[in-house]
Amino acid sequence: MKPAEFYMRDRSLQPPALHPGYKTSLPRSPRHALLTLQQTVSEITGPTFGHGDIDALDNDLTLNFAHGGLPVGERILLSGRVLDENNRPVPNTLVEIWQANASGRYRHKKDAYLGALDPNFGGCGRTLTDAEGRYVFRTIKPGPYPWLNYVNSWRPAHIHVSVFGTSFSQRLITQLYFEGDPLIPKCPIVQTIPDPDAIQQLIAALDLNSAVPMDCLAYKFDIVLRGRRSTLFENRLEGN
Amino acid sequence: MVQDLPYLRETASQTAGPYVHIGLAPGAAGFHTFETELGQALAPAGVAGPRVTIEGCVYDGLGAPVKDILIEVWQADPQGIYPHPEDPRFAQCTAGFRGWGRVISDFDSGQFCFETLRPGAVAGRAGRMQAPHLNLWLVSRGINIGLNTRMYFPEDQDAHATDPVLASIEQRARAATLIAVATGPDSYRFDIHLQGAAETVFIDI
Repeated sequence: MKPAEFYMRDRSLQPPALHPGYKTSLPRSPRHALLTLQQTVSEITGPTFGHGDIDALDNDLTLNFAHGGLPVGERILLSGRVLDENNRPVPNTLVEIWQANASGRYRHKKDAYLGALDPNFGGCGRTLTDAEGRYVFRTIKPGPYPWLNYVNSWRPAHIHVSVFGTSFSQRLITQLYFEGDPLIPKCPIVQTIPDPDAIQQLIAALDLNSAVPMDCLAYKFDIVLRGRRSTLFENRLEGN
Repeated sequence: MVQDLPYLRETASQTAGPYVHIGLAPGAAGFHTFETELGQALAPAGVAGPRVTIEGCVYDGLGAPVKDILIEVWQADPQGIYPHPEDPRFAQCTAGFRGWGRVISDFDSGQFCFETLRPGAVAGRAGRMQAPHLNLWLVSRGINIGLNTRMYFPEDQDAHATDPVLASIEQRARAATLIAVATGPDSYRFDIHLQGAAETVFIDI
């Protein structure tokens, strides 16, 4: 296949850099327009990962930090597919997650929330998608927690998700939320997203069919990365 | 009614938040889970090629250091080859070089520092060469969608003059925000300003 560009990012679905409701974005948002760039080999390539990079337990957060016991909280399977905008699977791509524990506490030297740390829960995991773009994690449903935006702001339960795709231009970090959480519409970070359907796309669905009876519930979360142009017709990227 | 187009819609970005290290650099968060943390060294020991050291700091609109920034670097090897199968010269890429790494700032000072291989020039569109550069992607609390930029090397002035990306910056004075400052032999400083008079050029890739 000849090299081809990725579709232009639809910024109407993406949060703007500056969103006054999320206060920290004020000093950390560029004020100038982004420089428009037609993609080159620098943008259509990106890092690749293989099974030698990860270990068997890396996608099981109920076990990968266990210190003689199991973590407290609601056991869940989190699974889905990484797809592109052409509805094609993105195989063999690295998916990384991190999250608070069931008390809403992060295992991070900078988190001082009074929710208790869990001696058996670290809060990070990673995996590679299979040939159909599928991934799965076993983890604990995180708790909501307070943060200083407004005086009484609470984050809905969420898991941070990082995905690579096949090119640096597909790189994405997002957060997944859980079906039915009443904090979602009240969250200033969720509300940085201007498109209501794009917010819905971040809410993982309860998937009873994937639950393991007497063991854990399941949620389904698909991730869509930028799609890529067909190379059927003219493509000047190589300079033809 | 017009027909529907078949495309899915890209998942929306959300901030990486202040605890991004838990997922992407857990050692820095203060614990150990993975046998190997990914991206810690751009040029691991034993990888051949000229090495450079780059230090810098990311500043917010008030001039304060961003102490929780995470930067990912993606770059070509010293011959200008990306370690990716779609680079036409992939097979000749430097052995053991992934071209990618993660850089985090010091939690107290906000300063970052990393060592890597000096990249070579890479082909651009329509055969125009691009000056040697690092591709950077910044995420942190307060950044709603990752910010892309590039770092160029100060001694490549001739190549800068014909670099299509630098040339496309309409406000000419701002092109300098993408060029590092030499601080010694093979040592550079590259400060990034998210906002303000010295705002770095960020790129919609």
